[in-house]
Amino acid sequence: MMIISTSYHIFVKEFVSEFRTRYALNALLMFVVTTLSIILFSIGQESPSIDVLSGTLWIVIFFSAMSGLSRTFVAEEERGTSLTLRLLVNASSVYIGKLVYNFALILVLSVIIAVSYVLFITEFTVKTFEIFWLTILLGSAGLASASTILAAIIAKANTKGTLFPVLAFPILLPLLLTCINATKLATEGAFLVEAVKEFQILISFTVVMIATSFLVFDFVWKD
Amino acid sequence: MKTWLKIAVSVWLTGIIIAGIAFPMVKVPQTWYEFPFIPGLEEKARNIIFHVPISWATVVAFAMSMIYGIIYLRKKDIDYDLRSVSSASLGLLLCILATVTGAIWAKFNWGSFWNWDPRQTSIFILLLIYGAYFVLRSAIDEEERRATLSSVYSIIAGVTVPFFIFVMPRIMSGLHPGSLGDEQGKGPVLEFKMAPNMLMVFFASLIGFTVLYFWMYSLKVRQMRIERHVQQITETH
Repeated sequence: MMIISTSYHIFVKEFVSEFRTRYALNALLMFVVTTLSIILFSIGQESPSIDVLSGTLWIVIFFSAMSGLSRTFVAEEERGTSLTLRLLVNASSVYIGKLVYNFALILVLSVIIAVSYVLFITEFTVKTFEIFWLTILLGSAGLASASTILAAIIAKANTKGTLFPVLAFPILLPLLLTCINATKLATEGAFLVEAVKEFQILISFTVVMIATSFLVFDFVWKD
Repeated sequence: MKTWLKIAVSVWLTGIIIAGIAFPMVKVPQTWYEFPFIPGLEEKARNIIFHVPISWATVVAFAMSMIYGIIYLRKKDIDYDLRSVSSASLGLLLCILATVTGAIWAKFNWGSFWNWDPRQTSIFILLLIYGAYFVLRSAIDEEERRATLSSVYSIIAGVTVPFFIFVMPRIMSGLHPGSLGDEQGKGPVLEFKMAPNMLMVFFASLIGFTVLYFWMYSLKVRQMRIERHVQQITETH
């Protein structure tokens, strides 16, 4: 299977070039620390409701994804390496490689966010950990699936930074609302079975997004 | 569009507006022009003749924009992009109209202009998608690249629409018919329980607004083509 091995190499290339500078990872970790401390400052002595807290958790995850995931394609355009990549491998491998890398990045990030969120915000008590971690996993997959194609789009536009959240928000909203719902269920101590509907939505969203992106990525990449 | 069709749709929609506003609502309808008086909905029920067809036309405009986007990607003819963006700009107008008529109805039936009912959320997201679409277009200078990328964006946005129409109303409780917790109508398509004469006006309005959309669309496409032509002439001279 050609496509698997080339995709794997794209993934490794992303990983290596990231670890050479650790720019994205460091910037993102600082972003997480900053937003979490702002939340902690603003909470102070108050005890906000669990609904508000599960909403803010996904706000933090959404905006850290927005600041981190666009880099994969924007950096290619900035360094002028996209032409070489286009010559060497076919579009599908580039897409799959970058999708997997984005998924790994956002998964690591959301796990860090979720762990520190549970540790530092004492009012936020998770009762059903299976639902909580499955939501984090599937939510990250959904975020990565939609943001990879959008990152490819905005890498070709003039104003890259502000455009990404504007384009991504309406598309990711069904995902975010479902994630918030599932997180609420986890904090209420629901059984795993009760969250099946939410997981079905998350999985189908991810599958639909990846399938569509896979079909249209060629047009964006070769443009 | 043919002249007779333009005259026909004008007369048709005038008739619907008169019927929708002026037909009396009585407890026990006797003649063909009397609508039934439903407690709770009362005279506000008339809005269904305008609000629902406008929302429908919004969806048609969005679908047309996406379909022309797909054709553009296949054929790479810039004229299809003009059609796609014309439809999207009309869709934005209709979307605002649907939101406003819906918000007014919500104020007088449910008590507030906005209450994040699943369908209100969906129309709000549709507004955001249209907004993002035009922001994306304005961020790209090159004509063909703009056409390709905005087509791709409308496809990506288009595949999320089923989640709003079919999925969200099922998991969120809402006020529209067909939402979770509504005993009478479970499902995205309502069971029609309107009086037959009202149903006829409703469907007539649905057809009328759809044809009106196509009329406006053909005008918009011609305008866009002329604008592009003029731009090309001024650029070469």
